[in-house]
Amino acid sequence: MAELFDMGKHTWFVWGSYAVFFIFIVAELVLLGRRRRTIWQRLSRIKRMNSGDNNET
Amino acid sequence: MLAIFHTILARELTLGLRRKADVLMTLFFCVIVASMFPLAVGPEPALLKTMGAGIIWVAALLASLLSLERLFSADYIDGTLEQMIISRHPLALIVFAKVVAHWLTTGLPLVLISPLLALQYGLEVQDGLVLVATLLIGTPILSLLGAVGAALTLGLRGGGVLISLLVLPLFVPVLIFGAAAVDDAAAGLVIEGHFSLLGAMLVSALILTPWAVASALRISIE
Amino acid sequence: MNINWFKYASPASFYPLAGKMIPWFAVPAVILAVIGLIMGLFILPPDFKQGESYRIIFIHVPAAWMSMVIYLAMAFWAIIGMVWNSRLSSMMATALAPTGAIFCFLALWTGALWGKPTWGTYWVWDARLTTQLILLFMYFGYMALHAAIEDPRRAARASGLLAVVGAFNVPIIYFSVQWWNTLHQGASITPTKSEMAASMASVMLIMAIAAWLYSIAVTLKRVRCEILDRERHAAWVAELSTEAK
Repeated sequence: MAELFDMGKHTWFVWGSYAVFFIFIVAELVLLGRRRRTIWQRLSRIKRMNSGDNNET
Repeated sequence: MLAIFHTILARELTLGLRRKADVLMTLFFCVIVASMFPLAVGPEPALLKTMGAGIIWVAALLASLLSLERLFSADYIDGTLEQMIISRHPLALIVFAKVVAHWLTTGLPLVLISPLLALQYGLEVQDGLVLVATLLIGTPILSLLGAVGAALTLGLRGGGVLISLLVLPLFVPVLIFGAAAVDDAAAGLVIEGHFSLLGAMLVSALILTPWAVASALRISIE
Repeated sequence: MNINWFKYASPASFYPLAGKMIPWFAVPAVILAVIGLIMGLFILPPDFKQGESYRIIFIHVPAAWMSMVIYLAMAFWAIIGMVWNSRLSSMMATALAPTGAIFCFLALWTGALWGKPTWGTYWVWDARLTTQLILLFMYFGYMALHAAIEDPRRAARASGLLAVVGAFNVPIIYFSVQWWNTLHQGASITPTKSEMAASMASVMLIMAIAAWLYSIAVTLKRVRCEILDRERHAAWVAELSTEAK
């Protein structure tokens, strides 16, 4: 297994590129998911507020 | 058409010359920035001579950047800009007059002071003249492109820093050809090509940017 | 056909369509990326000249391509948004920017790590690298302008105009930087396209297609967020949130 990941004298360069690449892609997806969740939370808050108004009238 | 251009130009120039401190500030900023480099890299005449044109160009570029925020802000705050937008005259023409006035009060002084800076860096007389000529063609392009950034960032928090971020990448071609013309002149090469490229950039900026600035102002004012 | 296009130009009908489209791009992107990575990292033999470091190319080249393509796509949607005054188009432009900026940064990062073993230095003022750096600044400028404006309508239109002005400038910047580079005769890199083996080219193509599909999927996902954010008071969004509950 270890020799599979061995890139000769270029290990740092190859895995450094790939690692940062995937960190950024994963970070993009995580941030996007977080943004989606906060938007939905805000939407349900707006909806609760609106339904509250309806009950009063 | 021409009448409104003249009116706006005269108004802007009167206003600009009344605020002498602003004009002088831009000028001093350029001189101070250019004077910092020898202190940082050392006073060797040969080194300064090779770096001179580039440094003076960067200093002029930063100085004209500094003055961009003022281009529309006063008119924006007192509502004049809104009047200009709803007036029956073409907005692009009004904008063009404003940019010309802005260049006359900030760009032209920079061009006029540049021989002094060229002297500081020990440039030859002909190279100094080439530098003045490149700045004469180049600084109007900076004012025109900068006006787009100024119009887009109108009334925003941290507008000044934001303008630099928007506009500096667009300044790159002008900087490259302006500084390279002086270097090539010093090396005894033909520099007509540089001037025709700078001229082409100036003509296309003159034609295209007033429309871009006008639509940016409409976006910002709405 | 025409009617369909205009129907989907409204955010309310595009929102569910985008949701349905995402898996069609995301799943092939993952499959192709996995195939490309296994081939590129483990199966292909080391290059006889560059050794193992050439494997970086499989992510570097797709990232560089995407960063340019996405900027052009951004300008395209911005123009459409300006001409037809359609909200969805400007939302598309906004949604593309972060992905483009990420690919642009990754192209620079992987380029630096590829450059060190290949030319012996992390950074050279090469025409391609310099243009890529300026492109990154332009992405930052776009996103900074969009973030600085609170009114979403003005933000979309102002940053759209900036994207169009930038797109006009990208070729000028590229040619001036290239000319500047040949003038100074510093480090000019000749692309090694002719000697590229067929297996290597095919892996690169697989990774490039994966990057395209990924970008489309992520942009669709982000445009959905953008739609919800901007239409949060619209009736159809309120109905949507009741269904989701």
